[in-house]
Amino acid sequence: MRYAMAIDTRKCVGCSDCVVACQTENDVPIGFCRDWVTETVDGSYPNVVIELRSERCNHCDYSPCVRCCPTGASHIEDGGIVLVTKSKCIGCGACIQSCPYEARYSHPDGYVDKCTFCIHRVRKGEKPACVAVCPTKCMYFGDLDDENSEVSTILKNRKFKALAPEAGTQPHIYYLV
Amino acid sequence: MEDKSILKEFAPQIEKTSIKWWVFFLIFFGMAWFGVYGLYTQIADGHIVTGMRDNVVWGVYIVNFIFFMGISYAGALISGVLHLFKTEWRKPIMRISEILTVVSLLIGPTFILFCIGRLDRLHFLMLHPRIQSPITWDVIAISTDIVGCFIFLYLSFIQDFAILRDYKELKLPNWRKKLYKTLALGYVNTPAQEKNIRRVKNVMAAMIIAIAVIVYSVLAWIFGVTLQPGWHSTIFGPYFVIAAVYSGSGILIILMYIFRKAYHLENYITKKHFVNIGIIMLIIAAFYGYFTFSDYLTKWYGSVKADKVLIDKLFTDFYWFFILSNYVGVLIPLIIMGIPKFRTINSITFAAVIAVLGLWLNRYLIIVPTLETPYLPIQDTREAWIHYSPTWVEGALTFGGIGLFACLFMLASKFVPIVSISELTEEDPQEEKYM
Repeated sequence: MRYAMAIDTRKCVGCSDCVVACQTENDVPIGFCRDWVTETVDGSYPNVVIELRSERCNHCDYSPCVRCCPTGASHIEDGGIVLVTKSKCIGCGACIQSCPYEARYSHPDGYVDKCTFCIHRVRKGEKPACVAVCPTKCMYFGDLDDENSEVSTILKNRKFKALAPEAGTQPHIYYLV
Repeated sequence: MEDKSILKEFAPQIEKTSIKWWVFFLIFFGMAWFGVYGLYTQIADGHIVTGMRDNVVWGVYIVNFIFFMGISYAGALISGVLHLFKTEWRKPIMRISEILTVVSLLIGPTFILFCIGRLDRLHFLMLHPRIQSPITWDVIAISTDIVGCFIFLYLSFIQDFAILRDYKELKLPNWRKKLYKTLALGYVNTPAQEKNIRRVKNVMAAMIIAIAVIVYSVLAWIFGVTLQPGWHSTIFGPYFVIAAVYSGSGILIILMYIFRKAYHLENYITKKHFVNIGIIMLIIAAFYGYFTFSDYLTKWYGSVKADKVLIDKLFTDFYWFFILSNYVGVLIPLIIMGIPKFRTINSITFAAVIAVLGLWLNRYLIIVPTLETPYLPIQDTREAWIHYSPTWVEGALTFGGIGLFACLFMLASKFVPIVSISELTEEDPQEEKYM
């Protein structure tokens, strides 16, 4: 099993509902976020291309954050979900520095926090909160090993990219372009 | 074994404490307590009282950590090399260098504790260590270094403890005399004991040189193994080692100047010592300047997007820091030490102060601008969360560290003579003289 997410940059309107849903679902402290929306503008009028991306932890196969964690608090769960055991994290910040995607933050309680793909929902067969709430249905979540899953199907039929592939982390958030 | 005339000269240093000494000690002690107050505020209110935020999670604390560790490694390297090569002129300054190593090694690692989010879980580093983490490498390396440097320092103290124990005219309370007796470990300077201690010191000198190089490289790799712009560099290990020796030789010169004045050591610490350590600083300044130039040139010319943003930031937001650290901090020591007629004790000390300040700024430039320049650009972050400015709490803890450093040094100088009597009176065996 390998969970992944595909995000359609052509359907995303940048409403940030995913950010709010995540903060509510996961009780993210005010001022912090586990996911965020970026806007990239290329070209100039009239040939302008705007790309909106909802970004979060890429749940990489080769996670530098997991590799550099001194206590094993950062680890990879079944299904390839990268998690932080908050009771084991000493808050040294090494993982924050090592993540090329800036996906982690230091929680006011001292430990490091990040996107969990809403594992508590996924285990119940539900979709992550950001996916469930998206008004344009631009996010697809599922098991890459299952050929018929929503995410596998869309990746078969659309062009996609990942962020910072040169980092060699093998990320599992795909942006449909 | 004891040379009474030398001991007579140094005895007042540990017997009497002048009012001036107490005034300075209380000032530094006050600084240390200011640091304790800052720490109390940070523990009570959390890291929000510091300037560290979502992006810049390491700030002045890490800068101080690297800086103090660098001084320590430089002290170890200089004392190790001078001891191993039996350099004749080393004797009056060896003790300052050895104490410098241990005192800064005690202060440095405490700074890293201040940026840890959950200090109550610090023992997890021992309970659940993962060897693939650079943080674990650092824990192992620094612990080894602390043990090695303490042993080296203690070995150099044993003979002086024995001399102080045997010097009956010493006007000290009985508990101090008993303490010297205990710490001397029954050393009575038999030829066998003398030979053994010399052998062990030689082995330890060689070991602490190796440990110092390894430990400071490991420290550099904490940064070098990440993909952060400015950090991901193959020369970071040797660059850090060179920078450490640069700042350490500067601090050593400053301490030599202070103790020479304070304890009237003009007959022992002479211009020759300043010039010799200054020349070490000159050579290292050239290497340090070359490494700095090489590192920034490759980043600028390569034009990797994130590196380019970082270099632009260094030449705009951090312009004066960059100039002071990488131009003034290198060129002034190079000019003063490079032209022989400029080499006076005062000017060499001035060059050392410039080198030390420049190096501290260099460490700041390594840490802060990089953290303000994420690998992938982020948007809509609060201005205050991406731009780092240290708060009074970080300032208090920095002052506290400097205060504690000075206090420990002053106390050490009251516990043993600041110039090693045993080294001064001891002749190096002819076969061990290399320089």
